[in-house]
Order: sequence, then C-alpha cells, then structure tokens
Amino acid sequence: MTGPSRAEYCVIACAEAWRGDGEVLASPMGLIPSIGARLARLTFAPELLLTDGEALLVRPDGTPEGWLPYREHLAWVTGGRRHVMMGASQIDRFGNQNISCIGDWEHPKRQLLGVRGAPANTLNNATSYWIPRHSRRVFVERVDMVCGVGYDRADGARYHRIPRVVSDLGVFDFATPDRSMRLASLHAGVTVEQVRDATGFELTVPDEVPATREPTDEELRLIREVVDPAGVRAREVTA
Amino acid sequence: MRDKTMPADEAVSRLSSGMTLGIGGWGSRRKPMALVRALLRSGITDLTVVSYGGPDVGMLAAAGRIRKLVTAFVTLDSIPLEPHYRAARERGAFELTEIDEAMFLWGLRAAANRLPFLPVRAGFGSDVMRVNPGLRTVTSPYEDGETFVAVPALRMDAALVHVNRADRSGNGQYLGPDPYFDDLFCAAADTAYVSCERIVETAELTKQGPPQTLLIRRHTVTGVVEAPNGAHFTSCAPDYGRDEAFQKTYATTPWPEFEAGFLTGDEQTYQSAVREAT
Repeated sequence: MTGPSRAEYCVIACAEAWRGDGEVLASPMGLIPSIGARLARLTFAPELLLTDGEALLVRPDGTPEGWLPYREHLAWVTGGRRHVMMGASQIDRFGNQNISCIGDWEHPKRQLLGVRGAPANTLNNATSYWIPRHSRRVFVERVDMVCGVGYDRADGARYHRIPRVVSDLGVFDFATPDRSMRLASLHAGVTVEQVRDATGFELTVPDEVPATREPTDEELRLIREVVDPAGVRAREVTA
Repeated sequence: MRDKTMPADEAVSRLSSGMTLGIGGWGSRRKPMALVRALLRSGITDLTVVSYGGPDVGMLAAAGRIRKLVTAFVTLDSIPLEPHYRAARERGAFELTEIDEAMFLWGLRAAANRLPFLPVRAGFGSDVMRVNPGLRTVTSPYEDGETFVAVPALRMDAALVHVNRADRSGNGQYLGPDPYFDDLFCAAADTAYVSCERIVETAELTKQGPPQTLLIRRHTVTGVVEAPNGAHFTSCAPDYGRDEAFQKTYATTPWPEFEAGFLTGDEQTYQSAVREAT
C-alpha cells in the first residue's frame, strides 16, 4: 500500500472532528468532510448519524434508517445533537466565518451563497470548518460578513463551540487564553512557515507542533476501497 | 366541491405589481418554474420575493422584477453560485433581507400560525443583526432569562408552489423524499397557487402515495394549475431529476440571449425549445 496522500491526511483530520461525539448527527459539507464523517462512522464513531445529503438518514452502505427532510434538519439544529463541518470563504482569528459576500454587504464586490444556516448552527451545535485551500484570501484578519459566529462575538452563548478548523495544511483549534486560533497539528510534509505565510493573521504556534496522526492501514483501506474508491478526494486536495 | 383549476396565465393574472410573493421549493429543487415563467411573460414587477432561492430568484432578478428579496441563500445546488442572481446583486438591482435558514422557517411558521413573531436562537453575534436593523429581541419570562431574536412573521400576499399531484379542489401531494416548505408557504400567504405534474381524482391521491404525502390542504389553496414538467429545469422527484445539462446552459448563457431563446413564447413553446436544445 502506498503512503497516505495529503487528501488522505485531510480525511483523517476531518474524521477526528467527530471523535467522542456519541449519538449525534454528523453534517459534513464538502467532499473531504463527507468522506471523513463516513470513515469515522465506520471506525471509531459507530454511533454517528449520517444523511444521504438529501432527506434520508442512512447507514454507511446507504441503507435508510430514518427521515430527515430540511424542515426537520433545521429544527434538529436547535436540539443541539449535531456537529456540522461547514466551508468558509473567509475565516478570521476568532473563528468568525463568511460565506455570504466579499466586500461591503451593501454593495458586494462578489456575491456568494448567503448566510445559509451558519448563524443558527454556531449558536446551537458544534461547528467545525473545512478549508481545502489554505491562503491569505481565506484566513483573513476580519471577515467581510459574519455568518458563522466566532469566539470574540459569541458573548458566552451557552451552546457555542468551534471544535476545529481543518485545512489542506493542518488542523487548528481555539485552545488559547483569548480563544484565538492556534495551530494544533501539521499534515505530513507541511512546515510552520508555510502555514504562517498562508495565514493573514497572527496565529498561535506552540513550541512543539504535533503532526496530524497517521491513518491506520485499515483506515487507508476503507478510504481507498470502500468510502471513496473513485478517488474524488484528490479533486478537492491536489497536493 | 369548487373546481379551482386554471391555466398558469390566469393564476398570474390574479397577482399584481408590488406584491409580496412566496416561492416554494428549495434551491434548484421542485421550484414552480412554469408559474415563474408565466410571471416573466406578464408585466408584473416591483415584487418582494420570499424564497429559499434558486433559479426562480435568478430569473426574476435578471428580468428586473424584484424590488426586495427575503432569503437565506440563492443556489443552483450542483452549481453552487447562481450567476444571474449574483450579477443582479452585484449591480445593486434590488434590496436584500438576508436571514438564517432557520429564522426563515420560523418566520413562515409564525405567519402560518398568525403569530407576530417566534423566538429563535440565531442571529446574535452574526452580521444578520447588523444588516437587519429592524430585527427585535425577546427575553424569556422564565428563570433562564435567555434573550432570543424575535423573527417576524413572513406573511405573504401570494404563494407559488409546485407538487407532484393535486386534485381539482387544491389538495396537493408531494411524492419525493422532501416536502420542503410548500405547505407552510401556502398557509403563510393570503392566496396560494399550486401547480402540479398531474391533476388526479381525489380518490386517486391515496393510490399515488400514503396519506402523509397529502401535505397541502385545499383550504390554503386558491388555484390549481396542471403543468407537466412544470418544475423544469429544477428537480421534481420521483417524476424527474434536475436537468443538469439545461441548467448549465441557463447558467452560462447571457441573460438576454437565454430570455430570447426560451422565454418569449408560452409554456408549450418553452418545453419544445428545451427539447430541441437538448
């Protein structure tokens, strides 16, 4: 078996977001988080609930086990037993996230999706982020429009939690005294300098930066043969 | 039982400029596109549109019919960003009320239940509060004392939705996996026009699907329009999936050219132009 690719380290880093969550709904947005959630479900997080991306709760092999149309999904958020991994067009030092527009909201330079469910997600259940191309355009000092709420604006909201941010370069969390972003681990082959160069704000970097853990042989087999045999993961992370 | 069936153009003729109009479906899924096309053929404009936005919003925005849009997102799903909506928004073509998906849902529920608002744990800390200075808050009168956003009712003059089956009196049936929010749109509007793939006898409805698929009740429905392929090019499971090739054509063709090619004639002309193009 060949060694893990960068995309495979990203899958592992995303999967780890759901470790220890128990019987909650994993809502991955994007390709690599979806592969990660299914991998977690097949290995160390068997209690997770998954959807087919539409209106069904499904087991990893696609067998339906429940019904979850959008109206129920939106209501489920308020119950809190959910951990979503969203994308971000911009994310800042305290985890504020933007998917709405670039530039001034009144006269946007680039209209994007809109706030979608980010404001409710971040106040109600665990919200992690996945960023396939780590750059200064995404990791910015201040986001143009706050959709997902960061630690400096959450004002102690009782259910607000951002467990992790995963990019193609590493894993980040907010385990610092002021809840600003910290480098938690580097993917194999990535340096601290690379991360600093690609980040548009001051990042906390511990003296010893751990490496993102290696996938086990069984995990690699599951990714390559069961969850993503077509290799679509390489389309999202090319390195 | 009153026969509420009517052609799409008659349904649209009952609408007028300046109305607040709700549009059912979600993104590029089961949108009442035949009714939207009828709206585009009419001179109706200056609309406040309330929608989980897809190409319905894109087309009405491109054609300059929207004065104000209330939404949480606009997307074509398989094409994440709606190009005609983007262009219109970037040139400042309409006013935008941007709220969270769940706030939108509770706004519909408030309207359907004749409540002025419903409390929602969403919005605080986000710029939804900044860009909607009219949003008010409400504090729990119980021991927890938590403060919520009081999402105002999304009351509408008219709603347009598309379902798989309906009878002549306005009982509407979805046969796919997701009802979206169409029943709420109908209940939250003063009038509602339901287009469907096929009108069937009432007794036929429970042969098409179990009783829980009968989500739209006739007391909320003003008009029923038979419009086969009426959600095209959005999906209408299980009758048909999204026409991805045609959606791509829509997304990559300059609006005036798309309009001239597909939207100058009636619905039949549209459907045959689509068949020729694909």
